[in-house]
Amino acid sequence: MSLMRIQKPKTRKGKVALLEREPKVIENIKNVLILEGRKVSVTVKELLKDICTFKKPNCKTLSRNNDITPFEDQNPLEILAKKSDCHLFIFGSHSKKRPDNIVMGRVYDDQILDMIEFGVKQYKALKDFKNEKIDVNCKPCLVFNGDQWSKSEELRRIKSLFVDMFHVEDVESIRLQGIEHVISFTLTEDLTIMIRSYKILLKKSGLQTPRIELTEIGPSIDFSIRRTKIASKDLYKLAHKKPAELKVTKKKNVSRDALGNVNARVHIDKQVINKLQLRKMKGLKKTAEEKKTARQLKKAASKEN
Amino acid sequence: MDIVKEVLEKQAKESAKYKSIEVIKHEEVKIDCGRLMISDPNSFTEELKENTETYIQNLTRDNVQLLVNSIWQLPTERLDEHIVVKLPKPTFALPRARKLPVPKPLTKWEQFAKAKGIKKRTKDKKVWDEELGKWVPTYGYQKFKADRDKNWVLEVPKNIDPMTDMFQKKKDLKNERVAKNELARMKNIARAQKVDVPRVGFVSEDSATAKELHIASTIAKHSTASVGKFQESLPKEKNARGIGVRELIPGAATKRKRPLDNKTERTEQIETVQKILNKRPKIDVEKAVQIQKREERIERENKPAEPKKKKGSHPKQVKKFGKKPKSGIGRKGNRKPAGRKRR
Repeated sequence: MSLMRIQKPKTRKGKVALLEREPKVIENIKNVLILEGRKVSVTVKELLKDICTFKKPNCKTLSRNNDITPFEDQNPLEILAKKSDCHLFIFGSHSKKRPDNIVMGRVYDDQILDMIEFGVKQYKALKDFKNEKIDVNCKPCLVFNGDQWSKSEELRRIKSLFVDMFHVEDVESIRLQGIEHVISFTLTEDLTIMIRSYKILLKKSGLQTPRIELTEIGPSIDFSIRRTKIASKDLYKLAHKKPAELKVTKKKNVSRDALGNVNARVHIDKQVINKLQLRKMKGLKKTAEEKKTARQLKKAASKEN
Repeated sequence: MDIVKEVLEKQAKESAKYKSIEVIKHEEVKIDCGRLMISDPNSFTEELKENTETYIQNLTRDNVQLLVNSIWQLPTERLDEHIVVKLPKPTFALPRARKLPVPKPLTKWEQFAKAKGIKKRTKDKKVWDEELGKWVPTYGYQKFKADRDKNWVLEVPKNIDPMTDMFQKKKDLKNERVAKNELARMKNIARAQKVDVPRVGFVSEDSATAKELHIASTIAKHSTASVGKFQESLPKEKNARGIGVRELIPGAATKRKRPLDNKTERTEQIETVQKILNKRPKIDVEKAVQIQKREERIERENKPAEPKKKKGSHPKQVKKFGKKPKSGIGRKGNRKPAGRKRR
């Protein structure tokens, strides 16, 4: 729709940039906007920085402080997200009422879909773990521990938000050795979310499948849930709508065998053999007399009717 | 038998060297290989509170082991010295970032071309110019230069002022075409966004033709509260006419419909006839009941009153005839109902 703007893009580059922001069937990776509120504590600052290192090519960090309170007025946040073309955001702030505050959320169609406020109970930064880290931009495994995750709609949304935030990108294939990072989310009885991140070590097991060992590489975060704002069910459902082009429609009577051959059943109408036109021959032609009698018969039949 | 035993023993020894890759869970875990995600719905033991970090680490290790076990089962490929596993489509759905794409609205020309079946013809990017003896771009970069080389001199027609700058005139014409195209683009945008755009008006006074002025005056005349009914008109004055003028004049009938083609006219006529023929009398049940009641009542009243039979068994329950006496009304008993019965 960018070409339907009043102001036409002046350069080709500008046009491409606008087209890039248009609704697509297969969407781009969601970028994360990382920003700070009026005041931030050291903990929150470190946390934002660590998340940034994990999300590296797919994140944008705003360096200045922003006079924003997302739960009171979400408009400025929406504007910032739209401007920087981000559909996920992490907002850090610190106040007397809500110390070490983190707001995570996501945007659908330039509107905030859901937004969860966390309080940082405990934090151990990435740099506090003195060991070998992982490659940048590797797809992490996500582990959700605990039976609480499906207890309420809010918790389900939080889980979905975490997956959205950390899953990096949908991939068709992955290098087996490239599975080297795991983020675990543990939800306890008192609704504390413990986020831990480990490096995966593939050890020999005597079998083809390796034995897994983990070493913690940080950061380690304990979150308590504060305020939440989740989308209505209708909007949430609408946001999950899949384009018709991607829906797989099953073709009837068509199958593929193991060798990749297509097997299909074709239905054909019954053949009318009597009226089949064969080769025309002079000898089989009707004579003038025959034609005449046929015509008369037809006439008589029509008169009777 | 000894050989079998030996082999088994050897294997047992070998496997004892390594730790097991098996994990036992009470409740089944949900694995989404496409998203490299695993959800473990098993509840925690007491150990979580005592030894949190190690407990979480072990729990995570077990779950990752389960995930890895299922990933290693998937079909693999060799891709320049790396073993690559093909992941299935993720099952855990995530919301989209933007709305679903909608098809671009057609412009007025595109609509017209579609209706008429006009197909777009692609022009060659460069054409051979006989005069210049080289390939000349049909549009865009360097087109201007080629045009300047070709038309380096322009003839002034006889019927106009010999001092007119034909180059300037050519430029003006081009500018006008560009402006026209821009206007069409704006109109297309307005149509796509369903914005009302005024259709009346002209660019400036000196560019208005007599026809345009006539249209404007007619519109102005009809723009009173009484749609120009009481406006005086000059002798022999007529309303403006032309394509699309009627719609501009307030109060004039809205767009006349195009004559229908044979087929649609036929179906429409048949539809109306069928509608009439298929009509059934509507029955208003309430009204019918009322009418019935009224008729019965009239019949009852017209009949001579029969003496009421006394019921032997219940002498006490015999009703007194007539209504309950009301206060303020002198007459009692045989009173004929006056007027309509009100309900």
